[in-house]
Amino acid sequence: MIWLDTIVQGILLGGLYALFATGLSLVFGIMRLVNLAHGDMIVLAAYLILVLVMTLGLSPWIAVLIAAPVMFALGWLLQRVVLNRVLGPDILPPLLVTFGLSIAIQNALLEGFSADSRRIPNPELEGASMALGPINVGVMPMLTFASAIVVIVILNRVIYATPLGRSFRATSDDPVTAGLMGVEPMKVFAVATGLAMVVVTIAALYLGTRANFDPAIGPARLIYAFQAVIIGGLGSLWGTLAGGIIIGVAQTLGAAVNPEWQILSGHIAFLVVLLIRPRGLFPRAYD
Amino acid sequence: MLLQTNSLDAGYGRFRALFGIDIEVAAGECIAIIGANGAGKSTLMRSISGVLPNAPGMILHNGEPIGALSAAAILKRGIAMVPEGRKLFPSLSVEENLLIGGQKRRGSGAWSLQTIYDLFPILREKRALPGTSLSGGQQQMVAIGRALMSNPELLLCDEISLGLAPVVIRDIYAALPRIRETGAAVIVVEQDITQALRVADRVYCLMEGRVTLSGTPDTLTRDAIHDAYFGGHA
Repeated sequence: MIWLDTIVQGILLGGLYALFATGLSLVFGIMRLVNLAHGDMIVLAAYLILVLVMTLGLSPWIAVLIAAPVMFALGWLLQRVVLNRVLGPDILPPLLVTFGLSIAIQNALLEGFSADSRRIPNPELEGASMALGPINVGVMPMLTFASAIVVIVILNRVIYATPLGRSFRATSDDPVTAGLMGVEPMKVFAVATGLAMVVVTIAALYLGTRANFDPAIGPARLIYAFQAVIIGGLGSLWGTLAGGIIIGVAQTLGAAVNPEWQILSGHIAFLVVLLIRPRGLFPRAYD
Repeated sequence: MLLQTNSLDAGYGRFRALFGIDIEVAAGECIAIIGANGAGKSTLMRSISGVLPNAPGMILHNGEPIGALSAAAILKRGIAMVPEGRKLFPSLSVEENLLIGGQKRRGSGAWSLQTIYDLFPILREKRALPGTSLSGGQQQMVAIGRALMSNPELLLCDEISLGLAPVVIRDIYAALPRIRETGAAVIVVEQDITQALRVADRVYCLMEGRVTLSGTPDTLTRDAIHDAYFGGHA
């Protein structure tokens, strides 16, 4: 029964990693931009929620509703003012700029909030659990996983059944021809990054309520997110969820054998998948 | 004048492809642009459609400078392009390819999904398939329909018969009168001179980035066209 419990915990942890990864996957799928500051944006959003909770005395569930549009605006501005200027045939400039952004965000947070680790208070649900057949699972991990599924269903709906999503896909295929259709790629990119930041805010809520965070933990979240995206196959959000689950299960299984093996096991699972399926589990048919 | 180019120079980086091009298109007119490979026909289409930016005054639409506008801004002014090589979006179905063409449509006009499907009935059957899974001729129909969905007053068709079988070319050109009935002006870029002379009100011939001949099809002799196309005897 301990193994079943471990695997369920791993699957639910995968929901958190999928939330980390979905925004990254969306942005990469549309504009081939790898945002190296993605993990730091999650931490930034977590501090934003924390500030709203501490200063206004809000419940974190209300605070996230305020933080999400703020983060959307921040993502939109970041894309319009900075990232659109560095997109081009050369992939190096956006990598350098987002790497710099990552360092800047970490240091700004360090300056503003110190290196002390913090946690978003969530008294109602902290530690709450429910029986699921023979095992007990935490309510927060369950909510995390459910949120990942809801986010992916909504994003897929936007991408495959709305004019905005049509513009996303067309721009991703061929920005020049999309321009001939009246689509302005730079505006589309800004909306996409804004949406990614909304997902980042949801991820931040669970990151910050489930465990402690400090300004330096962003890059590790980026690596888990990146691994989930690659395992799933570029461009598939359900693939990203599968990737998150694989890393989550590998980590909890590794930890069950020896607590020191948790992180290592996730990385090994990533390498094994890459060895067997170099393009990921659900790659796009063309690229 | 609906569209006018004004000593249009254009090129790619340091390479110049067009030298002082002057052409005019009146409302509702059908213009053919002929010329050999590399004559600058596609560069001219890319300049007018905004894919290749120019100095503002080099291209006038209803007398207003549009040379420096983006492709999206030019589409909103009613100039739509069927690009060379069709350029359908592989991630979009046939119907989605058509719909994205109409996403920024100007008011109400003759064209809708229904009227495009009436124009090219085969597309109705294949509407759920990925655009790029169709045959070349059918893809060309999608590309034309996609441009029409914006209800353009000027339609630019770049090499729409390139690489297609003669019978398919005939089907595609059969749509041209229906398009012109809506009042739209059309510029067709063609390497097939016979086809071009059959459909056009006026013809411009380009060679090495310059207009070497222009006139109505009945006034142009075979020899004059031959010289303008391949270079003179002198």
